[in-house]
Amino acid sequence: MEELIQQVLGGIATGAIYACIALSVVMIYQAIDHFNFAQGEMAMFSAFITWQMIDWGANYWVAFFICIAVSFIGGVAIERIVFAPLHNAPVFTHIVVFIALFQIFNAGAGFIWEFTIKEFPSPFPERLPFDTTLIGPHELGMTVVTLIMLGLIFLFFRFTPIGLAMRAAAAAPDSARLVGISVGWMLALGWGLAAAIGAVGGMMIAPVVYLEPNMMLGILLYGFAGAVVGGLTSPGGAVLGGFLMGVIEPLAGMAIGSELKLTVALVVIVTILIFKPSGLFGRVVVQRV
Amino acid sequence: MTASTLPDSGANAGSARRPNPEESLRIFGMSMQQFRRSSVIVGLLIILLLPFTVEDFAVFQMTQVIYLSIAVLGLNLLTGFNGQFSLGHSAFMALGAYTAGIMMAQWEIAYYWTIIPAGVICFAAGFLFGLPALRLEGLYLALATFALATATPQLLKYEHFEPWTGGVQGLDLFKDDSPIAFLSNDQWWYYFSLFFGVLLFIGAWNLVRGRTGRAMIAIRDNPIAASTMGINTSVYKATTFGVSGFYCGVAGALSAIVVEFIAPESFTIIHAILLLIAMVIGGLASIPAAIIGGAFILYMPNFSEAVVDAFFAGDPSSKALVWVSFGVVMIIVVYIMPMGVAGFIRWNVQKLARRG
Repeated sequence: MEELIQQVLGGIATGAIYACIALSVVMIYQAIDHFNFAQGEMAMFSAFITWQMIDWGANYWVAFFICIAVSFIGGVAIERIVFAPLHNAPVFTHIVVFIALFQIFNAGAGFIWEFTIKEFPSPFPERLPFDTTLIGPHELGMTVVTLIMLGLIFLFFRFTPIGLAMRAAAAAPDSARLVGISVGWMLALGWGLAAAIGAVGGMMIAPVVYLEPNMMLGILLYGFAGAVVGGLTSPGGAVLGGFLMGVIEPLAGMAIGSELKLTVALVVIVTILIFKPSGLFGRVVVQRV
Repeated sequence: MTASTLPDSGANAGSARRPNPEESLRIFGMSMQQFRRSSVIVGLLIILLLPFTVEDFAVFQMTQVIYLSIAVLGLNLLTGFNGQFSLGHSAFMALGAYTAGIMMAQWEIAYYWTIIPAGVICFAAGFLFGLPALRLEGLYLALATFALATATPQLLKYEHFEPWTGGVQGLDLFKDDSPIAFLSNDQWWYYFSLFFGVLLFIGAWNLVRGRTGRAMIAIRDNPIAASTMGINTSVYKATTFGVSGFYCGVAGALSAIVVEFIAPESFTIIHAILLLIAMVIGGLASIPAAIIGGAFILYMPNFSEAVVDAFFAGDPSSKALVWVSFGVVMIIVVYIMPMGVAGFIRWNVQKLARRG
């Protein structure tokens, strides 16, 4: 029983990271109707930037916030430079560009920082102030950090004018344009935010999976699965889906062995897409012909 | 959503009856059709004679180009002609390669018997994967196949399959020497692969020109209009997925035979991405483009490695720069040559013909 609770709590902690990735995927999906296949690699790249700053002697939290800012700017820049000119291009073009970005970030990180596995420091104390064997300090810490961030994102979208404008731009671009919202820049902001959220996820998971260019592949897949489970039209659903995937992963691992981790994600994705394509919380999108 | 997502090139593949304005053009004193025929013949002659003029390693590389082209052609049938995306075709190549490998290594069946079973199994697998894929449009299909490609190496390493697949170690394959005295081993494998390559290319060409091909293209261009015209879209889409799987299966089996070794790490998501790159660079919805794409992904890494080496000699991570350049090239191609190299060549030939 205790092992089960440990597994579930550990699952919730990793689930927090999946939730970050799922949320960034859904944010971009809402804005431009496409999955960002490079989301995981962007997060990995951000984690490397933090690692580099810490390696140069920066304080963890200073590096943490600088990295978030850099990722935000990077996300905005990618949208403005690469995607804005392709706004009306066919789906295929977008997929190709996402895959190209995936390549560029993955191999670029390998080129700059090499493919050797690196230790990534954890900002949390080694021991918890209270005694428990159920959850490790880093797991608890990353769950809390992620929850705080998700809360801030929620407040941002719910209560600020820019958040409202961004929601409007995603939901009804033409009407938003008519009331004077710059839809293009709102998309860019969305990209920036998604990159920043992904960066937090990347930095939080890096101490667990160790830092290397391919570290995010499995996480990205679970993030996708989370987004699909929760529903691609529902940011809140994506977060919940992420947590759900976090819990499913160790439980499935206990049942069939952890080597088939990615296959579990594949099965979840395909099953949900077949039986409930709108996900658990998404709304059904009806397209006029 | 898939409607009009792909630039139209159906004119080249489909309409046999309508007089094509392009056909009245003349180039080098030939009609376009004659020009196309003669370039195919010249191309075939070059392909047939080339192995006698170069050394063995180059022949080996050309053999690799052949099976890669077959795989790219399979992907192009699915994406270019039918409008379904796949980031998971490495999985079908893996299935084909492992079918051939297991038959050869575990059951000691002669290599030439393994090609067709590998293709048939991949056809079945593709068809079955294509059935749920019917409900997945464009992007969702890309996602599902992405998951498939990511999960494949893990499945191949799975311990309960190890007695057959050899687990992480992969399988070493041994095959006989060339049965024809005046051909070296490499030349023999080249002609062996070429035989299947030519067969499959002719097959694809006939497929897209006929009724089936028109149905495939119609589904790509407008699925709703296609189904109102009485085309059974689900059967065609699933079958196209199967056929595409068949091509990749044969390609996988050939790769296993030619390289004499298979391992899970040869079939990662990177391999699937390579096939996609090949298709984009070569050109969508074009059959000869598959050869251009196959050659590109084989020679380009070597070439850019040489370039990179010249600048960063000795730095082991500089190889990664090759992959960065792949990404950059892909973005550039999407911007300036959306129909790939084949489209670019076709455009230039037509321009030349109009002038002449």
